[in-house]
Amino acid sequence: MSEFIEAKKISFSYSLEDEKEPVKVFEDLDFTVNQGEMVAVLGHNGSGKSTLAKHFNAILLPVEGDVLVNGMNTKNEEDLYNIRQEIGMVFQNPDNQIVATVVEEDVAFGLENIGISPAEIRARVDQALDDVGMSDYKQHAPHRLSGGQKQRVAIAGIIAMRPQCIVLDEPTAMLDPRGRDEVMKTILRLNQEFGITIVLITHYMDEAAQCGRVVVMDGGKIILDSTPKDVFSHVRMLKNVGLDVPQATEIAYEMTKAGYPMPNDVLTEDECVQELARLIERTAHARRKAKEKKRK
Amino acid sequence: MAIIKTENLCHVYSEGTPFVKTAIDNINLEIEKGEMIGVIGHTGSGKSTLIQHFNGLLEPTSGKIYIDGQDLWESKEKLRQFRFKVGLVFQYPEYQLFEETVYKDIAFGPKNMGFSPEEVDARVREAAAFVGLKEKHMEQSPFELSGGQKRRVAIAGVMAMRPEVLILDEPTAGLDPKGRDRILGQIQEYHQEQKNTVLIVSHSMEDVARFAQKALVMNKSQVFMYDTVENVFEHANEISAMGLAVPQITRVFMKLAAKGYPVDPHVYTIEGAKKELLRVMNGQGGGK
Repeated sequence: MSEFIEAKKISFSYSLEDEKEPVKVFEDLDFTVNQGEMVAVLGHNGSGKSTLAKHFNAILLPVEGDVLVNGMNTKNEEDLYNIRQEIGMVFQNPDNQIVATVVEEDVAFGLENIGISPAEIRARVDQALDDVGMSDYKQHAPHRLSGGQKQRVAIAGIIAMRPQCIVLDEPTAMLDPRGRDEVMKTILRLNQEFGITIVLITHYMDEAAQCGRVVVMDGGKIILDSTPKDVFSHVRMLKNVGLDVPQATEIAYEMTKAGYPMPNDVLTEDECVQELARLIERTAHARRKAKEKKRK
Repeated sequence: MAIIKTENLCHVYSEGTPFVKTAIDNINLEIEKGEMIGVIGHTGSGKSTLIQHFNGLLEPTSGKIYIDGQDLWESKEKLRQFRFKVGLVFQYPEYQLFEETVYKDIAFGPKNMGFSPEEVDARVREAAAFVGLKEKHMEQSPFELSGGQKRRVAIAGVMAMRPEVLILDEPTAGLDPKGRDRILGQIQEYHQEQKNTVLIVSHSMEDVARFAQKALVMNKSQVFMYDTVENVFEHANEISAMGLAVPQITRVFMKLAAKGYPVDPHVYTIEGAKKELLRVMNGQGGGK
């Protein structure tokens, strides 16, 4: 797999008005995203994950080090236009991302700005709305949509631009469970069917568990970077940095601690059911054996 | 006596237009004093409309609402007193801060209630302590604080009015797990000390399972259930059909029970699950 985003030894800090010392967000950070990957970035508020994401399409520039997007340096102003066409960003609050009064006009906004022909715009808007499952709402007013629907319209506006990569900064934080589910399904589909590279910044462990790779940030550092199974097996470490693990993983961890060893990579509901069933049977079996022994 | 009571409460939005929508339909509810209640329901179920009736922000289209036995809409002059009795913290309350300093922002409510400066001061400090704000924050501008801190300032502003009923609309939305646990813990502590009634609107059944004694489930403009958390969660299948998420651990235990393993499927938290498993392991399960 080729590297699509490459952050090389980047540092970032910002200055507060009344304080002389700039606040360091991260220092000497290396981070790569491969083409076609779906990677989740976890971390508590203030861990630096959103700041990092904003480096990927040159909203922020590193103080030191370089960020390369498909080989283009984000510091290079001539490439800015191209970088922003290759990486689309979706933010947390759907209400802040909608600009038009009709859904399809909102999706067309970006395309109109880059001078695409009307016929091509029509085709791309229809396709994009179809891809996110919002075709039926073409003529609707965005403010009457649910949060999940608005967020999908925002995503349609991005994919109409045909980016290679989408960076989503907590896209489901303001949504209800149904809206979250709709958005997650859409993101997964974009990755699996269209090969769009996805960087998903989230607080929800169940969303991270659906990605191919999970990166955990704390205090501006990457402390874990592996498969979901491997990352979530570090229950104590994650809890120490203020994160959760899926309940399926947590109960396995708790039972192990209580003297009933269970695998540390239980992640899904079904795996948990299977492992708990095994544990119950094993214990019952051991007890029967012990009883028989006594009798003898 | 019920602190909140509704009688055939209905609210219809945009009546007489093509957008007419019945948001809540014939609600009869009695909420007892001193309870901690989780209010759940998916978007559009009517939960926000309902709670906005509890302090008179919305006027019922028909039906009655009583606070502490008094009809809230008996006379419009009296409405103000109900706003003090029932404090409402909106979603994303951090966007509603407006004063120059944290102290002034928290003091705004009690000041308007006409208390002496000493009383206002005592209330501000008490409320700030409940939400874990430190002395050094008090003279800061609220806009210098982090998102989580801002939200706690907004919550303290309502707590400082010492309402008999405190209603919070999704107080943990958008927070990370640590921020979420912190705010819920502080609200719980406040509830235990003040012994007042607290309603928390939440999408998270996991949170409701952990902090609430009772759950009010709204569905399609009506009350689906108002009962203890245990009784409500017995209907896990119906609740997940409404688009609400049942805790993962509950789904695991329901599946185990369905497969014939001797576990009690009514498990909602990790602690509960561990206890139940250990009981089964120690040979008390299924009476075998």
